[in-house]
Amino acid sequence: MENKEVILSVKNLRQHFPIDGGGLFKKTIGYIRAVDGISFDVYKGETVGIVGESGCGKSTTVRSIAQLYKPTTGQVIFHGVDLCTADKDTLLKERRNIQMIFQDPYASLDPRMTVRNIILEPLRIYNKRNLLDKNYTEEELDEKVKDLMEKVGINKAFVNRYPHEFSGGQRQRIGIARALALNPEIILADEPVSALDVSIQAQILNLISDIQKEMGVTFIFIAHDLGVIQHISHRVIVMYLGKIMEISSSDELYSNPLHPYTQALLSAAPIPDPKLERTRQRIVLEGDVPSPDKERHCCYFYDRCSKRMDKCACAVPPMFDCGNNHHVACFLYDDKPVAEPADDTPTEGELKLRKKTENKAEN
Amino acid sequence: MSSFKDANVLLEVKDLRTHFKTDNGILKAVDGVSFTVHEGETVGLVGESGCGKSVTNLSIMRLVPSPPGKIVGGEVLYRGTDIMKLSEKELRNIRGNKISMIFQDPMTSLNPYLRISTQMIETIRLHQNMTKQEARERAITMLKLVGIPSAESRIDCYPHQFSGGMRQRVMIAMALSCNADLLIADEPTTALDVTIQAQILELIKKITEQLKTAVILITHDLGVVAGMCDKVCVMYAGRIVESALTDDLYASPAHPYTKGLIASVPKMDGNREERLFSIEGQPPNVIDLPPCCPFHPRCNRTCEVCRHAYPPVKQVGEDHYVACWLACSEEERKGALEGAENNGK
Repeated sequence: MENKEVILSVKNLRQHFPIDGGGLFKKTIGYIRAVDGISFDVYKGETVGIVGESGCGKSTTVRSIAQLYKPTTGQVIFHGVDLCTADKDTLLKERRNIQMIFQDPYASLDPRMTVRNIILEPLRIYNKRNLLDKNYTEEELDEKVKDLMEKVGINKAFVNRYPHEFSGGQRQRIGIARALALNPEIILADEPVSALDVSIQAQILNLISDIQKEMGVTFIFIAHDLGVIQHISHRVIVMYLGKIMEISSSDELYSNPLHPYTQALLSAAPIPDPKLERTRQRIVLEGDVPSPDKERHCCYFYDRCSKRMDKCACAVPPMFDCGNNHHVACFLYDDKPVAEPADDTPTEGELKLRKKTENKAEN
Repeated sequence: MSSFKDANVLLEVKDLRTHFKTDNGILKAVDGVSFTVHEGETVGLVGESGCGKSVTNLSIMRLVPSPPGKIVGGEVLYRGTDIMKLSEKELRNIRGNKISMIFQDPMTSLNPYLRISTQMIETIRLHQNMTKQEARERAITMLKLVGIPSAESRIDCYPHQFSGGMRQRVMIAMALSCNADLLIADEPTTALDVTIQAQILELIKKITEQLKTAVILITHDLGVVAGMCDKVCVMYAGRIVESALTDDLYASPAHPYTKGLIASVPKMDGNREERLFSIEGQPPNVIDLPPCCPFHPRCNRTCEVCRHAYPPVKQVGEDHYVACWLACSEEERKGALEGAENNGK
């Protein structure tokens, strides 16, 4: 992985959502810190898996990367351009290379559009603005749609059908065809197999790995099923409460999890083998995931960690390099006696946000 | 794992059939399901969505909405009495008292307008001869048993004040508050995260062992089944295609569908480079199924007879039954094929 080209770089990304206080003016009374300062690189041609429980900010991360939300602070650097500050035209041009696949194949396809129109829509938009490699005629586009349908395994004859005539797995295939239409470099897949049955899930996972082998697309793949993540990804990011807990190659992470949270997560995942299930030791985490509405100055996992130390309460742990491309945000792997907080140089937006909170506190 | 062969039979389902009337024809959601549950046993029902797992269990409690649904045949014997023949009043004595249910989404099964205490006391007093104060104390004991911290004060909270995992705990407490013999858990952890799922499964396991409750666990997750169940029934298109003790089922699955299901789960220790085994095609539409093996269009080992007749249930090992023509002898296959052809003429 060392000599690979970095295709996307996320730097100190934060995504805070305001909480309305109700009343006439809907004054903001606080922020949900969905993503609270994460940084990682994505290399060309790999699959990065993001795991975590619900509410840990997996989906928000990819949506912020795709600029579906305007990130509060931080940078998303793609092709040397910071997408967060890019103007509309640049964004349109770059977005062509970043496509999404969504979780619910029932909700993500417009029920009033035929399959042709669904797959054609992105092509048409970019064709009209002359942003494709050449100007296509309507017939050529039709041909493209049919190629795409063949590629994802849907009968070409169904081109005039509506989404409700397909089953969940087939709809997910249509979603994938739409994502592939513009020949993107990165596909952000937001839990694409969570809503599907096991046998259909296997079909879709195989389709995704085939596409990657054939077209060399980079994937950022979200799932909460640890088996799926292990199967599909080269590198894995474990998130908790809007923070990255551990980044490592997939084999390394599953054979040697370092962070207490990752260890608990792996031990909680059920394994379809009765003998193994009965004998293995399970780390059952106490309590629930806390609400992400507070600013934290300690380790984000402190409340539920079984190995917490005094120093974990003092500072947010930075990422420690444990060799072998394995990075973990936990003081257990820090050899210094006193906690040094993570390198947290506040950005302009962050400072503004802090000032706002301070002002509010004074009032 | 210990066998429950010697224990008393608690529930016996015999050839249960539940059909739904739809505009397109009769939908045979459950079409001849038979299984037994012994006292203290945990039985898993696995299958993909639409295979009839949930309808089977709603039928056991006679909770299938009618119309359009109708239980058209079969018996459900609870300690020897046929639930299908009971009057509504006698049924209420069993529902929630002897057999109780927990559902996938705890928010939809708790009333958001009522305090937890109101809902729990109502259930307890309906079935047990208790004063309000006694029922309240009983409810608090149950909440403590399922691990709700400071149960004395939390009992007066509303459902929305609990998290998903906590709500499921409340549901379990409520379901077991009348000393039920049988707990039907319909995908109890599907809506929960892995770490919370581990907590809830651990809890169900511990508490049912303690109270000696039998459990029917409905799930689509083969991992959950492996850790929880003594016996597993695999369902496909409204029928049980294979049933076996958990260890046997995972060690030597006999039905091609079971084999495919187990092989298509991505394993955490698996080789990443390999393609996953996948069962091609879609689950069948259960409206007007022809008399054939419903799995044959997706099966990789079809023979002629699979297209013409439904396979009989065959015993292939101790407590291991399978409905597949591959388990039958050559003569039986030939006989069935000829029979089907004669019928066709």
